[in-house]
Amino acid sequence: MGALAALRADPRLKWVGFALIAIALVALPFALAAAGTAWVRITNLAILFVLLSLGLNIVVGFAGLLDLGYIAFYAVGAYVYALLASPHFGLHLPWWAILPICAAVACFFGVILGAPTLKLRGDYLAIVTLGFGEIIRIFLNNLSEPFNLTNGPKGIATIDPVRFFGMDFGTVTSIGDIALSGTIKYYYFLLAVLLVVIVVNLRLQDSRIGRAWEAIREDEMAARAMGINTVHMKLLAFAMGASFGGVAGGMFSAIQGFISPESFILTESIMVLSMVVLGGMGNIWGVILGAVLLSFVPEILRYTVEPVQRMLFGRSLIDPEVIRMLLFGLAMVLMMLFRPAGLLPSPVRNRELRTGRDDDDDD
Amino acid sequence: MNGLTLGCVYAVVALGYTMVYGIVQLINFAHGEVVMIGCMVAFSVILALAPSGLPPLLIVGAGIFIAVPTCMAVGYAVERAAYRPLRQAPRLAALITAIGMSIVLQHLALLVWSRNIIAFPQIVELKLFYLGSSPATSAAISNVQITIILTSIAMMAGLLLLVHRTKLGIAMRATSQNPQVAGLMGIDINRVISATFVIGAGLGAVAGVMVGSYYGVAHYQMGFLLGLKAFSAAVLGGIGNLAGAVLGGILMGLIESLGAGYVGDFTNVCLLDKVLPGFTEVCERSPNASLFGSNYKDVYAFIVLILVLVFRPSGLLGERVGDRA
Amino acid sequence: MNRSTKLALAVALALGVAACGKEEPKPAPKAAAPAGVTVTIAHAGPLTGSIAHLGKDDENGTALAVAQANDKKLVIGGMPVTFKMTSEDDQADPKTGTTVAQKLVDAKVAAVIGHLNSGVTIPASEIYTKAGIPVISGAATNPTLTERGLKGVFRTVGRDDQQGPAIAAYIASDLKAKKVAILDDKTAYGEGLANEVEKALKAAKVSVVTRERVTDKETDFKAVLTKVKSRGPDVIFHGGMDATGGPMLKQARELGIKAAFAFGDGACTDEMSKLAGAAAEGLICSQAGLPAEAASKEFLDAFKAKYGDVKQYAPYFYDATLAVIEAMKKANSTDPAKFGPEIYNVSFTGATGKVEFDAKGDRKDAEITIFRLKDGNIKPLAVVKNGVSTPFGQAAEAAKPAEAAKPAAPKK
Repeated sequence: MGALAALRADPRLKWVGFALIAIALVALPFALAAAGTAWVRITNLAILFVLLSLGLNIVVGFAGLLDLGYIAFYAVGAYVYALLASPHFGLHLPWWAILPICAAVACFFGVILGAPTLKLRGDYLAIVTLGFGEIIRIFLNNLSEPFNLTNGPKGIATIDPVRFFGMDFGTVTSIGDIALSGTIKYYYFLLAVLLVVIVVNLRLQDSRIGRAWEAIREDEMAARAMGINTVHMKLLAFAMGASFGGVAGGMFSAIQGFISPESFILTESIMVLSMVVLGGMGNIWGVILGAVLLSFVPEILRYTVEPVQRMLFGRSLIDPEVIRMLLFGLAMVLMMLFRPAGLLPSPVRNRELRTGRDDDDDD
Repeated sequence: MNGLTLGCVYAVVALGYTMVYGIVQLINFAHGEVVMIGCMVAFSVILALAPSGLPPLLIVGAGIFIAVPTCMAVGYAVERAAYRPLRQAPRLAALITAIGMSIVLQHLALLVWSRNIIAFPQIVELKLFYLGSSPATSAAISNVQITIILTSIAMMAGLLLLVHRTKLGIAMRATSQNPQVAGLMGIDINRVISATFVIGAGLGAVAGVMVGSYYGVAHYQMGFLLGLKAFSAAVLGGIGNLAGAVLGGILMGLIESLGAGYVGDFTNVCLLDKVLPGFTEVCERSPNASLFGSNYKDVYAFIVLILVLVFRPSGLLGERVGDRA
Repeated sequence: MNRSTKLALAVALALGVAACGKEEPKPAPKAAAPAGVTVTIAHAGPLTGSIAHLGKDDENGTALAVAQANDKKLVIGGMPVTFKMTSEDDQADPKTGTTVAQKLVDAKVAAVIGHLNSGVTIPASEIYTKAGIPVISGAATNPTLTERGLKGVFRTVGRDDQQGPAIAAYIASDLKAKKVAILDDKTAYGEGLANEVEKALKAAKVSVVTRERVTDKETDFKAVLTKVKSRGPDVIFHGGMDATGGPMLKQARELGIKAAFAFGDGACTDEMSKLAGAAAEGLICSQAGLPAEAASKEFLDAFKAKYGDVKQYAPYFYDATLAVIEAMKKANSTDPAKFGPEIYNVSFTGATGKVEFDAKGDRKDAEITIFRLKDGNIKPLAVVKNGVSTPFGQAAEAAKPAEAAKPAAPKK
């Protein structure tokens, strides 16, 4: 046990581990593309969900504020990108200008939502955020009249793809012998954004802000008594979470090329929430794991449930989609009942548990 | 009139939320689903009995008679399986479980009744009563609406009697004030909480039947929005307060009906044209357009909810309670 | 430290998951292919979810056309051609739609027949056109689909803005309405259709007394209908599906509204009589193209023998498939780059009448049929073409000879 711990603590091994992971992540799209570019596209969507989950994790996991309308920020980001880079208004700004705007506008909405509701108890907050998510969607659906802002239910089409030093992400580029399809380029782009978000999250978690959130989550009264400005901190959590959602939304717009309000329904909010809950609220790696697992579920079901049912009963009795939703619901209920800290529990909990015992295996 | 009928339905559903919240301080997200299941069960029973030639009232009665116990069982099972083990857990955990439960129930119902909108059989013949001289212009009220309003009033009265006059009611009130002390006084808290869920679910079942027969259609997702609005109604009236739930429900129904009908007229672009510059061109293009038409109907409930929470979190009739979070 | 191992675990899991999926989707295609070429025509549509029955119907339409083409033992480019259909499920979800589109592009299919929903077809078609694969939808009616200047995007069904004017013309001329109230369900389909109806009615000098909107998940229309009633319309038009149209009609009658109701194709189903009960009697509705009864008898018989009754769009998907095969014959090639442009030039008589496309990829002068619901079933009433309505009997007669004279006699 001790030897293993010593081995694990070896810094060289740590770098070897990082290098291996890096190589795996760089090579991944080519491996997937061999099986079909569709898999790269699915992976891209999975990364988007990881981004979303990480954003929601700040609100739910770090600060302990249940947000059921998180997808609204994603929607806001997506629409900001779409409006600024599509023929709808004839604007075609470059992505590096738009993504910060996406984050800023989503952040603004986060504050709008946060400000009036922060004094509320947790459960009121949940239902208000739920309502907020619906309001945003209803407005997106209706703001085609009398002034056509969002083009209503028809959605916005032909959104510009990302362009990077003259490299159009919508088409295939060849570098030497390697052909980079648009999806693979997006994969790397998303990966880069994801890395930035992970680093920001890690820094946040260990910062004063992160510890303040943790304190609020555990006991708001005590936190206030310790001199933490709880209102500022909660607002900050909302704002940060919202901006990550906004960036993810902007990326979604660029990849998809077409968005309409039907992509931002309540179910999506619930999906992201169950990813956070499944992986482990408050733990960045846990949340990533949860998001990756659950975003591949529909694809797995597509190849398992359907054929199995066809084999057994000769036809499809239960839709995979129903099974997916049941899984999401059950994931939330069962995780809360049996493993409330998630698949990978937050390190804080570990720390708390460990300080309770004798510190013998901790070097 | 539509607003009043709708309000009565909201009130009955809101009672279910408010009772549970009063006792365990939990938003029972699955309550809307219980209403939906009540509606669906009644629908199945009525559909099965419809060709039998029994008197229509008896068939509807049978539908309710079966729907109520079914929902009570569902309510009990949900409480027992999902909420009871988490009673001491952080509030966040219980909330997440409640949402999970709601999704699970919704999709189980989908498996049983399919996802199609099903037509609620109309076996009681509809009669219209006009509240004016000419049928073309005056408001109409139907026998179904009258029945709904009367049934709701009866149920609310019954519930008030139960809470204020019976032993169980006293136990419930005691538990809601302080569960620990109530337990010390010899009240079986678990039983009281279960009873609350069961009664709430029973009310929900009747509400489900009312909604189904009023709109004539049922759908596996009908419970969610209905539940949300009813919850907003409960908050509006003051959560935990039974009379408040009734008042909030009726107000909510009226707000929604009137909002859908008239806010559009007030924000008509041609009307705005007279107050604000810049609308002239829009008015000429589409004189019927308005800033907030009936398409914003679902928004009103949420806006009311947010306003109440910001300005008077205890609701219209609620007493001020300290932050228990 | 701990974290890096965990990340490694996560990555390994992700890879594992991806790998699991990877192996399954290949059901060994070229088992017993005869000498010659095998051409894969793909169908994509919602095979699971709330409108799976319609997706299945479309799939059957496509499958029938493929099977019939195989029976004819076509020779294209000097090689005997075997057609094969693969079908993908888009779950009526735009995100899944693009994933599925990518899968079909990966599989190098010759053409795609699909999808059903406009919201799915629009983003998916971008992926197809980038890969140079033509796509023909038999159900997507949103005008945006063919308005983006993409080459190789077609539809065999009429656009919302073709159907709207037709039903408006009928409301104005045959129903002789003076005051019309217009509602829609605030979906791309419903709103698009209602906008076109409103525009056409205004052009015909019919007064539109109110324009209301509901949502497609709604079941309570009484508040809106009360307002509509106060404006006293002769005709109420609702752009939406039967799921909202049925309850709306029923509730309108409960409120004592006597006005006639008119709907677009989404609510032009027998389902309406189930959802609205007796209130559904006499409603007017429109469908793009000729009614199923008027579809070629040949097609109906063949379809019925194999799959039962046509639900809605199967004939259009059938014709879409035929258009692809026609174009292959014309170009004498099964290469999408060669036959793709030929689709613009095809001209044949299919299950839904004459099939020709304009430069955008829309169907040339599509007919719209007006129906009335009688005794629980919708019955064709009139056919509207270029804004002129002809009673159904005559129109059907006019269509028949053209169909009998097989090699696509011009139908004017």
